[in-house]
Amino acid sequence: MNPIRKFFDNIKPHVEEGGKFHAFRSLVDGFETFAFVPNTTSRVGSVNIHDAVDSKRLISFVIVALLPALLFGMYNVGYQNALAAGQLGEATFWGMFWYGFLALLPKIIVSYVVGLGIEFTVAQWKGEEIQEGFLVSGIIIPMIVPITIPLWMLAIAVAFSVILAKEIFGGTGMNIFNPALVTRAFLFFSYPSAMTGDSTVWVSQQSILGLGFTAPEAYTAATPLGEAATEGFAGFDCQTITNAITGLIPGSVGETSVIAIALGALFLLWTGVASWKIMCSVFVGGGLMGWLMQALGLTEIEWWHHFVLGGFAFGAVFMATDPVTAARTETGKYFYGLLIGVVAVMVRVLNPGYPEGMMLAILLMNLFAPLIDYCVVERNISMRAKRATKK
Amino acid sequence: MGKLFSKENCEVFSNPLNLNNPIAVQVLGICSALAVTSQLEPAIVMGLSVTVITAFSNVIISLIRKTIPNRIRIIVQLVVVAALVTIVSQILKAFAYDVSVQLSVYVGLIITNCILMGRLEAFAMMNGPWESFLDGIGNGLGYALILVIVGFVRELLGFGTLLGFQIVPDFCYEHGYMNNGMMTMPAMSLIIVGCVIWAHRSINKEEK
Repeated sequence: MNPIRKFFDNIKPHVEEGGKFHAFRSLVDGFETFAFVPNTTSRVGSVNIHDAVDSKRLISFVIVALLPALLFGMYNVGYQNALAAGQLGEATFWGMFWYGFLALLPKIIVSYVVGLGIEFTVAQWKGEEIQEGFLVSGIIIPMIVPITIPLWMLAIAVAFSVILAKEIFGGTGMNIFNPALVTRAFLFFSYPSAMTGDSTVWVSQQSILGLGFTAPEAYTAATPLGEAATEGFAGFDCQTITNAITGLIPGSVGETSVIAIALGALFLLWTGVASWKIMCSVFVGGGLMGWLMQALGLTEIEWWHHFVLGGFAFGAVFMATDPVTAARTETGKYFYGLLIGVVAVMVRVLNPGYPEGMMLAILLMNLFAPLIDYCVVERNISMRAKRATKK
Repeated sequence: MGKLFSKENCEVFSNPLNLNNPIAVQVLGICSALAVTSQLEPAIVMGLSVTVITAFSNVIISLIRKTIPNRIRIIVQLVVVAALVTIVSQILKAFAYDVSVQLSVYVGLIITNCILMGRLEAFAMMNGPWESFLDGIGNGLGYALILVIVGFVRELLGFGTLLGFQIVPDFCYEHGYMNNGMMTMPAMSLIIVGCVIWAHRSINKEEK
């Protein structure tokens, strides 16, 4: 018997009802079902079929898909740091990567400790099994905020979102809004100066444990999208777009590299975890709206530039496809994705206050997803009723 | 005096403070609770204004309740409330101009406050003036209580002050503490009112 199995079997009696460490039952149960597929099956006589891949296994696929963007984000943090200090020539690849790793690690830890802590507490309190929906949110949250975000802000925002956007609605699988995006929205509206502010937030400027460099003076680096919003298209050239595709631009940790996100997207589509209908229609909607805006002369940004700038690609691949908050009907998924793309580009172009519209677009459509589903179902019912009466 | 403060009358006064709170239980008067609670001072003034207006409109309607023709009772009630609202609004402009500017239209909009019409219709039309007075004071204070709680949280976290005095010390700001901008938005007060209702219901679970 392997040692992990043995370990769980050994401590299990202590956490059962009446055991010494009953308070940790949900914790042990959570880790056990994460390490091993639960050995309980449906009751005899029921017609439920359990997929061998349960939600915890499904979640680990998403985390694998996030890895390219995460690892590239770490490298990019180091790269931007070296660029800010003007020491790009002396920086090594591994130096930059480890710097980014060290800069990001505390954020990931805080996000997981706070989020999972609340989930475990609630599960224990209600006597429920732990649902590890937060495993994905916990890794996405550090990837969609600036690298310089203070840890206490992150902790408050994660707590806010897990309690008020998730647990209140009944926990994993019941939430209306994507918890990671609620965290970002909370930070965005509560601490605007730490989220976009004076453009110093996107680049980590202090050396950590001897790695990286301390910028000689406060270095301001707006994201290309922010630049486009304030100074127009003038700051754009071929190089900026190339950098935006490879990802060597300032921005939230995970969102910069389109290539890394595309790798994750391919993995998600190959395993069938994410819906290709949503993913594609987000891009179609965004492209159409971007083209329309350009044709009407409202913006100088080319329609396809919207895909590579800001969080559009990241949102389309990892956030819009969240199966809990997206539309569930197959036809509804097209509309859901299409509207996300349309609203995101609309906010970007028409609202000078918010250069990035992806977060608001997805949150808005999260709200409309049940309505879309309702319309699709009602339409289906009436169509079938018509067909039945015709004969 | 024994009759004035009988057990029933005490309940008329104390029920709206807790078990029958107009905001937390009946969920009335939410709009103004969201609009004026970004700071503590306007919240207190608003709460007191509503208390005074509810109490006196209750008394007046209760005094003339037998002479009001049933068909036009809503119009009569509105006239009484409108007159009282105008008086309070003028008093505020004369003696507390800054606060009245902060409250802006919401003083005038007390006339549309559901709590007022609710108390007039449900209580003052069928009870004597003294009971109606107690009921008005109780409901007004119940409303004010929630406003003060929400205003307290929002001003403390949103501005770092209470009644305009700085509470969060300077060295917190020097060490990177920031005021929470979302607290100053109406959206957040809806969430806080929701949390207050949540707390209230879990405390009073057995009573219901």
